[in-house]
Amino acid sequence: MRSETGFDHSLYDRFPTARRPQSEVDELEEIWNAPKGWRRLTAVNNNYVGFWYVVTAFGFFLAAGILALGMRVQLAAPMQDFLGVDTYNQFFTMHGTVMMFLFAVPMVEAIGVMLLPQMLAARDLPFPRLSAYAYWAYAVGGTLFFLSLFVGLAPDGGWFMYPPLTSIAFSPDINTDFWLLGIGFIEISAIAGAIEIIVGVLRTRAPGMTLDKMPMFAWAMLVFAVMIVVAFPSVILCTMLLEIERAFNWPFFDATRGGDPLLWQHLFWFFGHPEVYIIFIPAAGLMSMMVASVARTKLVGYRLNVLALVATGFISFGVWAHHMFTTDMPRVSAGYFSAASMAVSLPAGIQVFCWIATLASGKIKWTTPALFVVGSVVIFTMGGLTGVMVGMVPFDWQAHDTYFIVAHLHYVLMGGMVFPMFAAFYHWHGMTSSRALSDKVGKWVFGLMFAGLHITFLPMHLTGLMGMPRRVYTYLPGRDLDLLNMISTVGAFVLASGVLLFLVDCARNFRFTTTDDAGNLYDGGTLEWLPTGLYSTRSIPLVRSREPLWDRPEISREVEEGRYFLPYSATGNRETLITSTVMAEPQYIQLMPGPSRWPMSAAIFTAGFFLSLTVKAYPFAIFCGIIAVVSTLRWLWETDRPIRQDTADIGGGIEVPIAITGPQSHGWWALNTLMVVIGMIGFMALFAYFYLFGINPEVWSAPPPLRQTAVIVALEVAALAAAWGGRRVLAAREGKQAGDLPWVLEALAAALLVGALYLDIIGWLGTGLSPTLNGMGATVFMLTVLQAQVVIIACIMAAYLALREARGIMTTPTNVTMDIVRRFIMFCAVQGMVFTIVPRVFPGG
Amino acid sequence: MIDALWGWPPPVLDPAGPYAAKVTTLAWSLFALGVIVTLIVIAALWAAIKGPPRVQAMLGGERAIWIGGVAFPGIVLTALLIWGLTLTATLTDPIEGDEMRIRVTGEMWWFRVQYLDDQGRVIMEDANEIHIPVGQPVLLELESGDVIHSFWVPHLSGKKDMIPGRRTLLLVEADRPGEFGGVCAEYCGAQHALMGFVAVAHEPAAWREWRDARLARLAAADGPIETELDIARTAADNSFDAPADALAIEAERAGAISPLPVPVATGDAPLGRRLFMDVGCAACHRVAGTEANGLAGPDLTHVGSRLTLGAGILPNHLGTMMGWIGDSQSIKPGNRMPSYDMLSAEELEAIALWLEQQK
Repeated sequence: MRSETGFDHSLYDRFPTARRPQSEVDELEEIWNAPKGWRRLTAVNNNYVGFWYVVTAFGFFLAAGILALGMRVQLAAPMQDFLGVDTYNQFFTMHGTVMMFLFAVPMVEAIGVMLLPQMLAARDLPFPRLSAYAYWAYAVGGTLFFLSLFVGLAPDGGWFMYPPLTSIAFSPDINTDFWLLGIGFIEISAIAGAIEIIVGVLRTRAPGMTLDKMPMFAWAMLVFAVMIVVAFPSVILCTMLLEIERAFNWPFFDATRGGDPLLWQHLFWFFGHPEVYIIFIPAAGLMSMMVASVARTKLVGYRLNVLALVATGFISFGVWAHHMFTTDMPRVSAGYFSAASMAVSLPAGIQVFCWIATLASGKIKWTTPALFVVGSVVIFTMGGLTGVMVGMVPFDWQAHDTYFIVAHLHYVLMGGMVFPMFAAFYHWHGMTSSRALSDKVGKWVFGLMFAGLHITFLPMHLTGLMGMPRRVYTYLPGRDLDLLNMISTVGAFVLASGVLLFLVDCARNFRFTTTDDAGNLYDGGTLEWLPTGLYSTRSIPLVRSREPLWDRPEISREVEEGRYFLPYSATGNRETLITSTVMAEPQYIQLMPGPSRWPMSAAIFTAGFFLSLTVKAYPFAIFCGIIAVVSTLRWLWETDRPIRQDTADIGGGIEVPIAITGPQSHGWWALNTLMVVIGMIGFMALFAYFYLFGINPEVWSAPPPLRQTAVIVALEVAALAAAWGGRRVLAAREGKQAGDLPWVLEALAAALLVGALYLDIIGWLGTGLSPTLNGMGATVFMLTVLQAQVVIIACIMAAYLALREARGIMTTPTNVTMDIVRRFIMFCAVQGMVFTIVPRVFPGG
Repeated sequence: MIDALWGWPPPVLDPAGPYAAKVTTLAWSLFALGVIVTLIVIAALWAAIKGPPRVQAMLGGERAIWIGGVAFPGIVLTALLIWGLTLTATLTDPIEGDEMRIRVTGEMWWFRVQYLDDQGRVIMEDANEIHIPVGQPVLLELESGDVIHSFWVPHLSGKKDMIPGRRTLLLVEADRPGEFGGVCAEYCGAQHALMGFVAVAHEPAAWREWRDARLARLAAADGPIETELDIARTAADNSFDAPADALAIEAERAGAISPLPVPVATGDAPLGRRLFMDVGCAACHRVAGTEANGLAGPDLTHVGSRLTLGAGILPNHLGTMMGWIGDSQSIKPGNRMPSYDMLSAEELEAIALWLEQQK
């Protein structure tokens, strides 16, 4: 086999090595031990954070489900007054928003945080404190957001929040701002989680786990995370635009001033449709693993399935406008989006038949997970078929925005995500519970949920064809809708009783544990079923097949005896093994941070920041913002320290370096991913600029003179050079103190960026353009707002660098913090150039 | 309540015009396909789990995935796509330009309806009711007065959004007379649920009669009669389907020779008229030929002849009219018309009576 990194594969033959002493386990336990009592909340280990994450997300599932029951009671009969119009409109908005943003995405991310390290046999995810931050931001922000319902301030514009209904003119109260707040959190935590997952899947796999030996769930999470990185920037931008329009009257969506309401729909659905697959793909990954388990055989068509996941992710970015077929789009566009919408069902078909083929080649055992798995295939297929129907443009004109769609989307999401999730709960709960859930009760849970789902949603197809639109708080009698709606309501309660039964069983049998878990109840074959402690596996196994536990049953014992990689702590710290991207060859040992209260503090004050903004308490918002930033820096402060030892033996006499810098390091990968996110936000903002120009060219005015543009670009180039120079100087100081020059150069670069931005803003104001004037002004100044955000971060980074130098913890010749600061500042300079040049050159003076 | 506009049989599957009918054929085919494929998948699942070993062996390999998951859906979807695109093209045939035009504007939460002449000028205004002749394509110019709405009469065609700052176009045609329910399909705020209207298709002769009666009523009214009549006369030059001169003659006759189908006041109607002007109704509503000239709410010039009140939600008669005026906020909470609960029953009756006379 060819090596990816120069690693000699024959070294693998040394494993399993000889047995290692038990004392090493005690040391591992000591190092990975979680804090006790209240300080347990400062834990950052994925066993805790992942579990809290799953429980919180499930809590939101229950809460949003209760809202749905309220709505079904209201709709059980015509012209009822159970909820009232205002409450109902808040309920359906919150139901959709909470299910999509606070349940579905966080839940799959949570399952990822919980399962991935174990599946990959990593000791933890690569950035545990980032996970903790993402979790707390989500938990605190999500809860505050949900509480708005109890004071009647919950958003009521629908989860899609179309302006101008949600603009200040038609929604003057702060309900809408609460939506933007709630979504702000989930954006932050989703992006943080996605970065974590990308780096985790690509860099922390057990040695030998090449890409084509990865568990299907890891593949799914990789596609999921990449999709988040590409799709979420769009919703980040559009929530920013709407909030800025509401707060400062910048007319992005105001048709009377050169904005356009459809701009929102494009931006929202560019995120919103991939979002559906963002939810579905991880669940499909879980399905593929569980199908193999319940059929007791290897997944048939592994490569096809991977291809299908990647294809789904790719195509899903080309279908967003099928939500807009009724907006009078040009025939050619409608045709394109229709074709893409059909195409996206092909990979789904591949997956369904992969699962059928796997079931056919094995022997099924009718356990609860098996029921949920088979049930979801049926439900998902039905939802997919109605999806094909509404992908047909003329049929969509009739079905769009009716109960037919309500039925369709619930079939897809329940079959594509909720049922697989319940299957996964049953299949994997043995990892975190000391007692097993009852398989007998589980079958009842499945039966009630499966029956309830069909009773609720099957009639809705008809309700829709009979003319009942979505998002209505009531309907008129005498339209033959009464019986169908009553049936749906009854079904909803049947479905809910299934969930309730699950809760009862959890209360009776689920006991959280990190040590004496119930284990591999359903006989999975992947690494998460190795014996584990908080440190994950005692030693990190060498992976030679996709189901190592099936192919080499003794591997569990060998791992526990420490006969594989890193059977001890090499440095006395938390650490994990970083391997290469494709072949998973051991590269270096990553030092991991331990428990800390700072991520939680940063999250709480981030929540305080957004909440204060929402209620327009600006001074307090600034206060919270500062504390949040300081907390973040404080949590980072302890990382990236000089280390005493350069290399360590990871078992079998293999020496690898500890904590490297540069393009091989995991931090470098994370920063690159983050820059893609920021770059995508900028790209979408440029799209908004060009889009509004296309719609309302008459409001476009001449740009500032070219001479001024040249000055700004020169400043940006100077910033690039200074930032680059800073690191060169540091490299030249090898073996000596870093000195002041490196950070001074970075600070100079940041200052140049500030100057360039200032000139850019002055230049535009000089032409008489203002952000509130028209769509052009709003989008042009939006670019400067985005640039201002990254420039502020660049300044903070430069100051942080100076502080680290002052405390003498800047290593030479290279330093991870320096690498990150320099790279980020250079990114800012490039973005600044693009944002300066593009609107000044196009459409031209 | 309005029966027979909605309900069983589902209007999407019970088309009343060519545009809807084509989609109905497609819909039935899609449903058939959906059922068949669902059954195939269930059968395949069953065979995979319980079937004879020979079948299991067939299903249990990559070949089955290629056939079931790639080839079969690939062929079916390609065929569907071609049909769908062709049908889309047919249904969005270029506008000829000589269709009869009606402008419908979505307002929170009702529909403003304006009949246009071929110059695009408004010849009469109405609300929540659209009258069209059978057998003739009618071009709807859809606009919005506030937020995004969506215009949908499932019997006649698919829906189309009404978007601020844009004008979207929708062709509808009825091939049988009848009253067809319509609704707003895009969520548009508090009372999205109760924002409906009725599309009424008349036989062409009956439609002309209806139109002429309206034009005559307008012509008889004070103030803008002259211009209205002028517009009607101009309209006649390029009439929708009637011979131009005939239309002109009809309009002329209606206006000049036999004026006044102006309602005959009986009972307390004069009191009702006075109250209408005095208590505030006139600030938002227009009644042609009176000083009531408000533009914010529905034009009530022909309100007495409407099938429904409150945007398609109540049948129209004296009792519902009184109820609506006196207590519209409990019938349709949050709508833009205050409940006139300070008026006595007699006063409400008087206003309602007068309004019911506005045909």
